[in-house]
Amino acid sequence: MFQFIFRRLSLVIPTFLGITLLTFTLIRLIPGDPIEVMAGERGVSAERHAELSAQLGFDQPLYVQYYRYVSGVLQGDLGNSLITREPVMKEFLTLFPATIELATCAAIFAILIGLPAGIFAAVKRGTIVDHSVMTFSLTGYSMPIFWWALLLMLVFSVNLGWTPVSGRIDVVYWIDDVTGFMLIDSLLSDEEGAFTSAVSHLILPSIVLGTIPMAVIARMTRSSMLEVLSEDYIRTARAKGIAPWRVIVIHALRNALIPVITVIGLQVGILLSGAILTETVFAWPGIGKWLIESIGRRDYPVVQGGILIVACIIIVVNLLVDITYGIVNPRIRHSR
Amino acid sequence: MSTSTETSTTQTATSTAPAPMTPLQEFWHYFSSNRGAVAGLVVIVIICFMAIFANFVAPHSPSDQYRDALLLPPAWLEGGNWSFVLGTDDVGRDILSRLIYGSRLSIAVGIVAVTASLVMGILLGLIAGYFKGMIDTAIMRIVDIMLAMPSLLLAIAIVAILGPSIVNAALAISIVSLPHYVRLTRAATMAEMSRDYVTSSKVIGAGPLRLMFVCILPNCLAPLIVQATLGFSSAILDMAALGFLGLGAQPPTPEWGSMLADALQFVQRAWWVVTFPGLMILITVLAFNLMGDGLRDALDPKLKQ
Repeated sequence: MFQFIFRRLSLVIPTFLGITLLTFTLIRLIPGDPIEVMAGERGVSAERHAELSAQLGFDQPLYVQYYRYVSGVLQGDLGNSLITREPVMKEFLTLFPATIELATCAAIFAILIGLPAGIFAAVKRGTIVDHSVMTFSLTGYSMPIFWWALLLMLVFSVNLGWTPVSGRIDVVYWIDDVTGFMLIDSLLSDEEGAFTSAVSHLILPSIVLGTIPMAVIARMTRSSMLEVLSEDYIRTARAKGIAPWRVIVIHALRNALIPVITVIGLQVGILLSGAILTETVFAWPGIGKWLIESIGRRDYPVVQGGILIVACIIIVVNLLVDITYGIVNPRIRHSR
Repeated sequence: MSTSTETSTTQTATSTAPAPMTPLQEFWHYFSSNRGAVAGLVVIVIICFMAIFANFVAPHSPSDQYRDALLLPPAWLEGGNWSFVLGTDDVGRDILSRLIYGSRLSIAVGIVAVTASLVMGILLGLIAGYFKGMIDTAIMRIVDIMLAMPSLLLAIAIVAILGPSIVNAALAISIVSLPHYVRLTRAATMAEMSRDYVTSSKVIGAGPLRLMFVCILPNCLAPLIVQATLGFSSAILDMAALGFLGLGAQPPTPEWGSMLADALQFVQRAWWVVTFPGLMILITVLAFNLMGDGLRDALDPKLKQ
């Protein structure tokens, strides 16, 4: 087992180095001199240019620059934002809870709808239920989520007035930032109605962000269930006279879930990149909106750092999924 | 004695059996039995037709601004006008015409992005699968790194460097979809390499280039065709997302994603400005996904009875 974990870990290191190389090159690929790009329209004098160049290490050979960059990254130093002058890491940490909160709610929504829908479609294979679940999931899978967000907003916020249009909570509430998670913070605060407001702000963004993962989970659950249901042991269980629901829930589902769990783990990438679009539409103050705004403001250290952190999160999650899969399924663990 | 009766029975059996289907007929047989796939194909043909003949199909020019018809609702609603079937936007441009010209852009970007990544992917995958060893490890490491990033994020990063434009967006999308083609080609090449026909060609004296492109590649095409079809849908989706974020086509261009971004401020007043471009994206992407699924079922021998 340790050997398996060790092997997976050793694969992560070159991937991590590759991503640092990518983000390192990113800022140097921008056409033109990086310092002039950073200075923007104001421009810099020759002395100031040399000074900045020495300060930022641009006068060193590339491999020294890269070494400095990686050692900085390993110590959590991602440079400072050009606009706010704050460390990129600090900005990220203040915004990240909002994205986690949204992504978690979206994942819960996706699993709560996708899993039962997939099971149901597999059990009722070939019927109208199966066909409609598959049609819906393919539609969800093809959904341009930024449009889906606008559409839901148009119907539920503008026309029906059921949910708020944007933000994390009503402006009338002033919530102390304890954990950064609005649902928890609003519960902790004494203000009446704050929690309900936070929940109502979360509904539409969660549905939007969860739509594609939901479709993927439903499709995967269906095909995995179909495979398991055709196995001999299921027929044996049925022949023994076990209640049909018990065969499905206890006997089939447990085995069918293994690939589904992997797929759920792989949705983290989809959730994080979907967050960029969802947060932009709903003005949700998370890392997706932060990244896009930084691109617009040409705040390159933020773009560089943000992409690096998101990629690292995805690598770590994929690693965890891999290891969990190895624990659950010995065949994977022992294959070379 | 017994052998002669056996041959005679096999002979009668073959003479009464229907003529075997050619591979193409067989493919069409399986493909056409999938109603969703055929529907997808029909939609794609219609959209391609619209894209090619946009000048003749579209009732107006995509950039003509009718100043006396701002934010006109669709024709079937009160205040609508049948010369602007799907209504007009905030500067009086006909939405239907813009959607029709937009299909030209989406299909073009799809073709460019898919072709570019397909060619590069096949090349890298063949090299990795054929030569193995260090080259393979190096290529696959890079592919793993690219796969660690969500495709939209990587595309955004690339466009952020190169600057927002439709060409850069297409380039970014083709780089982003490269890993899938490399992996597929490599896996298929490795499977084919151990086959007898490859060994025989090698014995006859075929060089590596001939082996790679003439012997092995044609046998790896089925999964690549499926992936290319699905690649179309993700290229169109990513293109629209980039356009929506202001990183793809720039405003006056009639691109579906940037049309949506333009319309954001009119969500409350004019639902049609927002609804139709998104609907076009959804229908197009859905059609390619349906056809891709159908192709996979028809081309995958494991799924045939």
